[in-house]
Amino acid sequence: MRDESLITPPILFTTIIAQSDIWYLTLIQRRDTLLKKAAIEGACMTASALDFAPLDKILDEFKGRKDAVIPILQRAQDIYGYLPKEILQAISKKAGIPLSRLYGVATFYAQFHLKRRGRHLIKVCDGTACHVRGAPKIVDGLEEALNLAPGNSDPDYKYSLEIVYCLGSCGLAPIATVDDKVYGQTETQHLVDALRQLE
Amino acid sequence: MPELKNVADLARLHATTQQAREARRTACPTIYVGTGTCGLAAGAGEVAQAIRQELSARQIEAEVLGVGCIGMCVKEPLVDIQLPGRPRVTYANVKPDMIPRLIEEHLMNGQIIPKWAMGQLPADGAPPETQVGEPGLPSYAELPFYRKQVRIALKNCGMINPESIDEYIAADGYQALGKALSGMSPDEVVDEMKESGLRGRGGAGFLTGIKWEFCRRARGTPKYVICNADEGDPGAFMDRSVLEGDPHSVIEGMTIAAYAIGAQEGYIYCRAEYPLAIARLKKAIAQAHVHGLLGENILGSGFSFELHIKEGAGAFVCGEETALIASIEGKRGEPRPRPPFPAVSGLWGKPSNVNNVKSYGMTPQIILNGADWFSRIGTSGSPGTAVFALTGKIKNTGLIEVPMGITLREIIYDVGGGTPRNKHFKAVQTGGPLGGCLPASALDTPVDFDSLTEADATMGSGGMIVVDQDTCMVEFAKYFLTFASAESCGKCVPCRIGGQRMLETLTCISEGRGTPEDLDGIEYISRNMKEGSLCALGQLTPGPVMSSLRFFRQEYEAHIQDEFCPAGVCKGLFSYEIIEANCPGCGLCLKACPDGAISGEKKKPHVIDHLKCIQCGECYRVCNLGAIEVIPLKKKEIPA
Repeated sequence: MRDESLITPPILFTTIIAQSDIWYLTLIQRRDTLLKKAAIEGACMTASALDFAPLDKILDEFKGRKDAVIPILQRAQDIYGYLPKEILQAISKKAGIPLSRLYGVATFYAQFHLKRRGRHLIKVCDGTACHVRGAPKIVDGLEEALNLAPGNSDPDYKYSLEIVYCLGSCGLAPIATVDDKVYGQTETQHLVDALRQLE
Repeated sequence: MPELKNVADLARLHATTQQAREARRTACPTIYVGTGTCGLAAGAGEVAQAIRQELSARQIEAEVLGVGCIGMCVKEPLVDIQLPGRPRVTYANVKPDMIPRLIEEHLMNGQIIPKWAMGQLPADGAPPETQVGEPGLPSYAELPFYRKQVRIALKNCGMINPESIDEYIAADGYQALGKALSGMSPDEVVDEMKESGLRGRGGAGFLTGIKWEFCRRARGTPKYVICNADEGDPGAFMDRSVLEGDPHSVIEGMTIAAYAIGAQEGYIYCRAEYPLAIARLKKAIAQAHVHGLLGENILGSGFSFELHIKEGAGAFVCGEETALIASIEGKRGEPRPRPPFPAVSGLWGKPSNVNNVKSYGMTPQIILNGADWFSRIGTSGSPGTAVFALTGKIKNTGLIEVPMGITLREIIYDVGGGTPRNKHFKAVQTGGPLGGCLPASALDTPVDFDSLTEADATMGSGGMIVVDQDTCMVEFAKYFLTFASAESCGKCVPCRIGGQRMLETLTCISEGRGTPEDLDGIEYISRNMKEGSLCALGQLTPGPVMSSLRFFRQEYEAHIQDEFCPAGVCKGLFSYEIIEANCPGCGLCLKACPDGAISGEKKKPHVIDHLKCIQCGECYRVCNLGAIEVIPLKKKEIPA
């Protein structure tokens, strides 16, 4: 969207017109207006797939509460699957919270994702109990079977592979979850089979 | 149920709920299904559905109750059947296809199926002596897993339906609150807690009563009561089980604490990874509101208390109280220097009392039964019981509650049943990623706050992970460091950089690139982290490394000097060899090998081709006869 010619006025132009400050200023102003317009259009284009209506509802609910940052981000992530830049910007603007603070919180907690995630989530627990009972092998196996490094999604965003620390079912280690379903005393093959049945 | 206006109302409800319970016990067959997270993961949901289907198909009237975790995770899904006037009989590892037979033989004909039954326990509210037991079936008190347990925090877990406030009240729930509000001044409550000697069950072991007193005396209003349910330790699930199995006990404990310190508002900070615990807490809070046990003017005492739930967002450091408070305030969960302690300046700068789930969970019973009763259990320095999540390479994984002072050996061998598959016990890790690893020689250490600290481990909040000969202590220490350094919030330098540097050194050692000086380097960094870090996360991060270095130094030295991993874990530092004398040629390993590196005729010793072997360890895992051993890498056989 950004047209380079708008940012830097052509050299010839500047040398001639710079003699007159007024002309030059007018040019700069015009450039800025155009840039702004382009930026707005650009933002709209990338964000057009996002529906901001549910976000407004969340923000209304937490209006005026000073402890609301984390719940707002949690609810927003529930809706959008992750926290796209546009959503963070919208929250910042609408709730009057500095974007830097939202970014600081979102990058601090493991639960928040700034990268798009797959439609299905595979979480392999690598808590201590699962670790000593073979979780690393499951991770390696899935990595190979899915050709996917942990923390990433496949190109079609069908699934994401994530490593988590402790889901609290250590008695059944090693465990993994595919979406909401928990697999206790699991093996790579069980999970691969479970993934095949998806969609 | 109408709102309870005073203590007399509560007493009446107590009597009514007990009558209802008694009526059920004597008149109606009841089926209990363990539906905690563990149980559900093992398939309890399908089992419960199968039971309901079978009951409706046969048109049998029976109550089906979902209960919390009774602790025996390894036997999940657990189903108890209780016929009118009879004890509860527990069936282990129940599958949906077992249900028709269970219902026909046990529920309809009263015939226990001994092959599947694990044990029996008295039905709710029935005194053991009045109840005729089922012959030939061990009672829970006779089962090794339960014999040495004393249940205080877990008293109701697995026994009552956690989603019913009536069942909690029938089990003497909210009686302590009634007692405190009607007959005790806040100071008397604080004194009772001080006398009980209860030490904070979150891990640090600070005296709960003293903490309450600090907060009570602190100037400033409003005051807050906070429950730390951010159970971040990997390998620990005690708090989850209490919240899922007995949420009302925590709510009651917090309400008593609030009354004692003069707070009117409380927060439960629960990790978001525990959706079931959060759901049950929400339900329990709503029920307590309806009954007037939370909210304005509780039981007509003039005391009011509101409780909120805060979901964590995944940060281990938020288990530290100042970080937890920052997180409730909606900030990055970074700790801050103490003092001032939260008791003086906590949430929103106001006096706040932060305790662990189990500390609050034990509170009602201390108030109800008295400080004397509590302090008689356990040791004089650490009264009461300790709850542990017993996991790792152990036969009976599960949740246990034992009196303080019991030895590690008793826990691991008597309760836990020892290590499975005839492997040798190597170490036990207590206190989570910030604790320590103790070797077999320390097994007779009594379990209490002071003895464990003295032995170079920590009590922690209750994770206990057993590892056997197949775990490499260098890799194990590296695992904890990876976790702790990833979870370092980055605010203070010793923790942020120290953890990272130590992890790099350990990685070198585990790859066979270590030098003898590395061990000195680790010790040097550890000392500095311990002294210089801002919070317990940084101060205790070196714990697992230091304790394993102290007790398993020879393993570190083997990695460094011989480039050999004796446990056969660190890739490239070992190879496998078949011991001819032990190999009967059964072919198990041959089938298991994914790379066709094992060959040999049937009934004759097999051999491993070291050029093809990728050291995946499958053969080692499947061999039941100990015919495969870990040996130093055969360098000669592998061309450069």
